[in-house]
Amino acid sequence: MTQQHPFLALTDSDREEMLGAIGVGTVDELFRDLPEAVRLGRELRLEPPLSEQEVYAHVAALAERNADASRELSFLGAGIYDHYVPAVVDTILQRGELLTAYTPYQPEMSQGVLQAIFEYQTAICELTGMDVSNASGYDGTSVAADACYVAKHATGRSKVVVTEATNPQVRQVVRTYAAGFGLEIVEVPHRNGTTDPDELERAAVDAAAVIFQQPNFFGCLEPAPDLVARATEAGALPVAHVDLLSLGVLEAPGRYGAALALGEGQAAGNFPSFGGPHYGVLAAREEFIRRMPGRIVGETVDTARERGYVLTLQTREQHIRREKATSNITTNQTLLALGGLVYLTWLGPQGLRELGETCLSLAAYAKQRLAEQAGLECVFAGQTTFKEFAVRVGRNAREVVAAARERGVHPGYALGRDYEGMDDVLLVAITERRTPDEIDRLADVLAEVAG
Amino acid sequence: MKLIYEKSQAGRRASALPRYENLPSPPELPEELRRSEPPRLAEVPEFELVRHFTELSTRNFGVDTGFYPLGSCTMKYNPRINERLAALPGFARLHPLQDEDGAQGALELMWRLQEILAEVTGLHAVSLQPAAGSQGELTGLLLVRAYFAARGEAEQRRTVVIPDTAHGTNPASVTMAGYELTPVRTDARGNIDVDDLRGKVDEHTAALMLTNPSTVGLFDENIEEIERIFHGVGALMYYDGANLNAVCGISRPGDMGFDIVHINLHKTFSQPHGGGGPGGGPVAVRESLEPFLPVPAVVQQDEGRFGLEYDRPQTIGKVRGFTGPFGVFVRSYAFLRMWGPRLREMSEVAVLNANYVLARLKEAYDLPFDRLCMHEFVLSARTLKREHGCTALDVAKRLMDYSFHPPTIYFPLIVPEALMIEPTETEAKETLDAFCDAMLAIVREAGEEPELLKEAPHHRPVKRLDEVRAAKRPVVKYGFEEHPDAKGEPKVAAAEAPKGV
Repeated sequence: MTQQHPFLALTDSDREEMLGAIGVGTVDELFRDLPEAVRLGRELRLEPPLSEQEVYAHVAALAERNADASRELSFLGAGIYDHYVPAVVDTILQRGELLTAYTPYQPEMSQGVLQAIFEYQTAICELTGMDVSNASGYDGTSVAADACYVAKHATGRSKVVVTEATNPQVRQVVRTYAAGFGLEIVEVPHRNGTTDPDELERAAVDAAAVIFQQPNFFGCLEPAPDLVARATEAGALPVAHVDLLSLGVLEAPGRYGAALALGEGQAAGNFPSFGGPHYGVLAAREEFIRRMPGRIVGETVDTARERGYVLTLQTREQHIRREKATSNITTNQTLLALGGLVYLTWLGPQGLRELGETCLSLAAYAKQRLAEQAGLECVFAGQTTFKEFAVRVGRNAREVVAAARERGVHPGYALGRDYEGMDDVLLVAITERRTPDEIDRLADVLAEVAG
Repeated sequence: MKLIYEKSQAGRRASALPRYENLPSPPELPEELRRSEPPRLAEVPEFELVRHFTELSTRNFGVDTGFYPLGSCTMKYNPRINERLAALPGFARLHPLQDEDGAQGALELMWRLQEILAEVTGLHAVSLQPAAGSQGELTGLLLVRAYFAARGEAEQRRTVVIPDTAHGTNPASVTMAGYELTPVRTDARGNIDVDDLRGKVDEHTAALMLTNPSTVGLFDENIEEIERIFHGVGALMYYDGANLNAVCGISRPGDMGFDIVHINLHKTFSQPHGGGGPGGGPVAVRESLEPFLPVPAVVQQDEGRFGLEYDRPQTIGKVRGFTGPFGVFVRSYAFLRMWGPRLREMSEVAVLNANYVLARLKEAYDLPFDRLCMHEFVLSARTLKREHGCTALDVAKRLMDYSFHPPTIYFPLIVPEALMIEPTETEAKETLDAFCDAMLAIVREAGEEPELLKEAPHHRPVKRLDEVRAAKRPVVKYGFEEHPDAKGEPKVAAAEAPKGV
């Protein structure tokens, strides 16, 4: 006899009783609407069920085969960062009432999640200087595609400009979506690590949006206010792709006139987790509120005039507007965004500024230490960087990565994977988790393995 | 309850960051790039932070709290072992750009999950990249575009056919993919109206998007004929996997004739939904569509080695960063390994539970389609509304007083006053009985004391909330000292918007 499955509750006598109430003799009869030809008619070819203990052993053994940041000293970044995630984040995200809830369609059952999203939206607006934030997008790539859809409809134009110094994955996703949106994508090359405002302005003619990243993919600070002004001049919506954790020291994009601000939220409160799940940040100026994709929470009152929170402006959304919706999004990344809110609240305004300053200082120290080594050279000398920078290593960077990893250090991302002529360049990321001693070790190892 | 910002006091903080000695001072930032005013994040000590969010959690309801029969959302138990596994440092702290030889365990897990999903869907190849069901839909339609472009039929194939019972995501995805929508009617038995369909499918048709069983919880009895109609004109068939929980191990989309399927890992395969996400929306396809799948592909190389393949010249590109929401894959993989071939039993019990609740409720509510259902079914509160002025919304709000999460309401759109109920395989008979007792009691209350329904809920942290006011005068963030007074003219929300799915 088959053992009762731990995730089921019905006993044999329950089943008998229920079949009787339905008026059928067997479970098979419940499936009588299925034509014979479309039935499987055999057992699924899957391995036999495992107990919890067995599945733990099996999956934990797979985890053991990965060189994560607890086993290897890692300077990988390129969009996903090893910032510290405090224990309070884990604690809150494991609350079953929040973890196992669906989208808060019924607000009286969901005040916890709704108020948390409202607080998240507030935090994002404070950081970015924007008027409205949605409840999150999938990640830092898809929100850029969302912004293109907003811009297409807001301007009636069919071209989008993206700077080459924007994260390559963001550019790839924008291109994929553009095929469906009917948008042409134009890229503006970088000059010595940043974007030339004149070139950007020429490209922005007739564009719906101009997307740039601050700090950019190379870690360099773009002349963001100038880029925004040039895009605006051309009638294109300026879209800033930002790192939330830079916004304690770097200016809010709303302050220098960006129409939309977006980004990858992972660094603020989520583990790298081999690429997800994370949250995409999407915020905009007031005038775009009714064009925003995704969920938005608003404040209201109940029948006793007490304050409460609901999903709002739903006439933008697919379940009401269907083919005319501002987006097809339903499931977003609420739990991860909640992690972001808990993390940002943990930091507070002082912590956020200190974190930015620590990253700046550590990265400056790393640049200095690396530049001292024979065979290493900072690539975009003269550019101000935040927590990431490019360094030339004198031979193929992928080989350098492999050699350094044999010494227990992952020295960074090989930029040749995305940029022509940069086969010998590494992108090195420094977070507050990398100590000066660890940076010294990076310098020693790179000195050993560089060309 | 106060907002975290209303608990803030300047000078407090929850974090202490490491301070490294003897570092160079940070580089001087150009003034125009320097932050001019600090963001007003809350300033609270750590224990205040924990208490605040703990209190918020007590004002929320999840599957862990109780029965959650939200139709089409498959609110089943989320095993706790999944959480422990996803949090292992070997996964949580693994960088997505780690070299392949440093990520063999992660790649093997993804490859194994792909293999399982291919077997469950009856299709050839899987991409795990899409982040949610709706992104899976868009991915699927972009695959359709690429497929026809490669055959030189891009200009010719302009329309996508969708039944009037479809989730709103389907038509929204059609527009985003640059296609035109062709709606098709539902017949009196709840199947696609095949006569209506025949007149609408021709050489201009690119694809069908279908949920089967449909959103009314019925398996389309004409699926073979539908397959002949679409494949007969060279069009493709897309399966919305929202309702896959009904048919695992019983009938596979590939065997029904579908060419592309998306799977909702947060519905069928137990990724907790987190109050709105994360999710996972892998797509599975027939062999002819594999070349167009997103990159990188996760592949098995020789000798049990696993890698990422980027060189796929016909790919649609990328729809999301890296290889998808990996933590979701860990959870769903563990869940699937704990079921194995017994997935069939999972689906059977889901269908048994739904039919049992249907049998107990169908006399008391209107039943638009009188058939055995699959894993969910749709009732209507039409009679309650006509006789007592109590709507589906009122029934939903009153259910809260019985400590049940309401079903999905006002969806699908073809059923007035719809109540869409999906119990899932998780629930015990006692729970189902208690829910049915509550639903029947509410019908009696509607006759005897309708105000009980109209003024519900009575026992939640808030009374009924005014959704109309929220949309009319949107307040979407805290305004600090300028925050508007919460008091205003109350107006009971009557928006018949779908709530669920």
